[in-house]
Amino acid sequence: MLAQLQSDILRLQGFKPAASGLGALSLGVIDEAFPNRTFPLAAVHELWAPAPEAVAASSGFMTGLMAALMRPRGVAVWISTKRTVFPPALKAFGIKPDRVLFVEVPREREALWAMEEALKSPALTAVVGELRDISFTASRRLQLAVEQSQVTGFIINRNVKPTTTACVSRWRITSLPSETPDALPGIGLPQWRVELLRIRNGRPGVWQVQWQKNRFVIATDQPPATSDQQPFQQAG
Amino acid sequence: MARFISIWFRYLATDWFSLLNPEYKKMPFVLRQPSHGRMIVSAVNAAAVRSGISCGMALADARALLPDLHVLDDEPDKIQRVLYKLAEWCMRFTPWVALDPPDGLFLDATGCAHLWGGEEKYVQEMTKKLTARGYTVRVAMADTPGAAWAVAHYGKNPGVVPAGGHMEALLPLPPEALRLEPQVVERLHKLGLHHIKQFIHLPRAALRKRFGVGFLQQLDKAVGQELEPLQSIQPMEPYHERLPCLEPIVTATGIEIALKQLLEMLCLRLQQGQKGVRAAVFKGHRVDGKVEQISIATSRASHQVSHLFKLFEIKLATIEPALGIELFVLEAPKVEPHLPQQEKMWEAGGGLDDVRLAELVDRLSNKIGERIYRYLPDEHHWPERSFREATSLQEEAMTEWRTDVHRPLHVLPVPERIEVTAPIPDYPPLLFRHKGRVHTIVKADGPERIEQEWWLQQGQHRDYYRVEDDEGNRYWLFRLGHYHDETFQWFLHGYFS
Repeated sequence: MLAQLQSDILRLQGFKPAASGLGALSLGVIDEAFPNRTFPLAAVHELWAPAPEAVAASSGFMTGLMAALMRPRGVAVWISTKRTVFPPALKAFGIKPDRVLFVEVPREREALWAMEEALKSPALTAVVGELRDISFTASRRLQLAVEQSQVTGFIINRNVKPTTTACVSRWRITSLPSETPDALPGIGLPQWRVELLRIRNGRPGVWQVQWQKNRFVIATDQPPATSDQQPFQQAG
Repeated sequence: MARFISIWFRYLATDWFSLLNPEYKKMPFVLRQPSHGRMIVSAVNAAAVRSGISCGMALADARALLPDLHVLDDEPDKIQRVLYKLAEWCMRFTPWVALDPPDGLFLDATGCAHLWGGEEKYVQEMTKKLTARGYTVRVAMADTPGAAWAVAHYGKNPGVVPAGGHMEALLPLPPEALRLEPQVVERLHKLGLHHIKQFIHLPRAALRKRFGVGFLQQLDKAVGQELEPLQSIQPMEPYHERLPCLEPIVTATGIEIALKQLLEMLCLRLQQGQKGVRAAVFKGHRVDGKVEQISIATSRASHQVSHLFKLFEIKLATIEPALGIELFVLEAPKVEPHLPQQEKMWEAGGGLDDVRLAELVDRLSNKIGERIYRYLPDEHHWPERSFREATSLQEEAMTEWRTDVHRPLHVLPVPERIEVTAPIPDYPPLLFRHKGRVHTIVKADGPERIEQEWWLQQGQHRDYYRVEDDEGNRYWLFRLGHYHDETFQWFLHGYFS
């Protein structure tokens, strides 16, 4: 009864239940944090990445999510002022690199315009924008664009101090030391500390996530706090 | 039945100078040009002609006739550009305009006159508009360009020569009207042949013998027995629509409506021919004679009015109507076959074949330029060459993407120099410094040696290491050259996730 009411409220607020074809994206424990227990599609997510290392970690987690969305024949657009993505590397995260269109805009201003245009196009599955900053008004425009087209948008925000945005969520992904089986030397599978700092109608949280052969593996035990990060605070 | 118009700008050069400075209109003035070490008169205005000055006269003689004659330097190149501009302006009367240097134009008016309510009105309108622009013109219309030229230059009352009546119109004209060489004209006059009717019926063999083949050719061109090759200043586009306006359009809404109407007309024609636009140009002919234009290109043939309109819409604001636009033209210089089965994929949706994706690409590239890339694998080991740009949205990969090697998700556009501490040869470094920050390396993999592809580029090999620092960040480093060479350098090339 209560659950029914809750989902009704969410639907009225614009959160549609997951469409049948896109149910493939399941994040296990993390799903608990989302409204309706499903990753919000047709919304704009913000990934806060103030350093190049953080951009790489965020892109890794994000492309893992996108890979699930883009199966089997989705197309994504990646907008930036200068492409830094190494296309062949996308394959390791389950995306066929030739199904991504890279748009290089001459200035930051055009990046927002291009992102809005791309988000309006129902032919796409996901749109990524690497931005230096985004204002509340601009993010609101993007959110309105996706509500029509059902495209999922991701913003990699490289601002050191991000402002409030109308995005549905704010994530912060940082690299964790990789683990190799049996403590063998060398570098193991990518591992991240995934912080969900803000989520509309959900509960923020923090998890330790590993990327293993085209799927996420979420560590069930308490994530370790690494030396450089402030202790985790319950946001929202 | 073909109909041609010849426009003769009686005083083209002097009229143009008078437009720049209206004072010259009243006073007699001439343009001068050096010729064989002396100055000769190269152009005169009406007032100077009345005083007995003519073209080709020595400037000193002209000054003797009229001591207060005003003289300016001639600019023949500029005048030719003026003539070209006038030809472009005349495109509003017919899509086919040819230059007739130095001071005339030919218009192919076949099938155009009824739009102006008859040939008389058509020619009158042309004369009126050109006179209003400040040019003295003589306009004549006839069945052949030659006859029209003759009547415009030497006819008593230039105007419309009725269809089939050009022979009669030619008869009373002097031989100069046939555009003959001066020596031939001189010889004709010496023989007492002052009118065309006096020699047109003479035996052709005798005429050829006395005046040459060129003379007969000119005669045949005027009469219409030989076709005159003329080159239009702008080749006609097969897909081309025009929309003349009764009142000049100045508002943005007006321009939008005009564009929509033209697009509907064009797309209907394209649809019937199973064609689609790849490039299109929208032109607005302004009242002041300038032409404003915007162009678009599409990544695949399209005849969707709404899509093409959206592409133009972004640039529509750059059209400056000034005093108003009186003629809109839409041209499709590049069309391609557009078959109905392509339309079906639109229904299916999704994937790279989706029409809506192509439309998005068009919208983006029309605003920001050709900056949308799609990459395909290329069989090269050198990282920068391991992928290449795809030529189209549909191009398929010839080979598989490689997954057996580890590559970082983000790379630096140009590898950046770093300082490292690497005490043991061919072992990964212990720490490195990049942009003033020291990273202590905890874990590492490598080296992966990548040799230069000597058939493409010379240079040293790279030894790549994947390293992880104490904070868990993963980097892609390489050493250029051998450890023992002493000239080796270390670089940071990318960031792993």
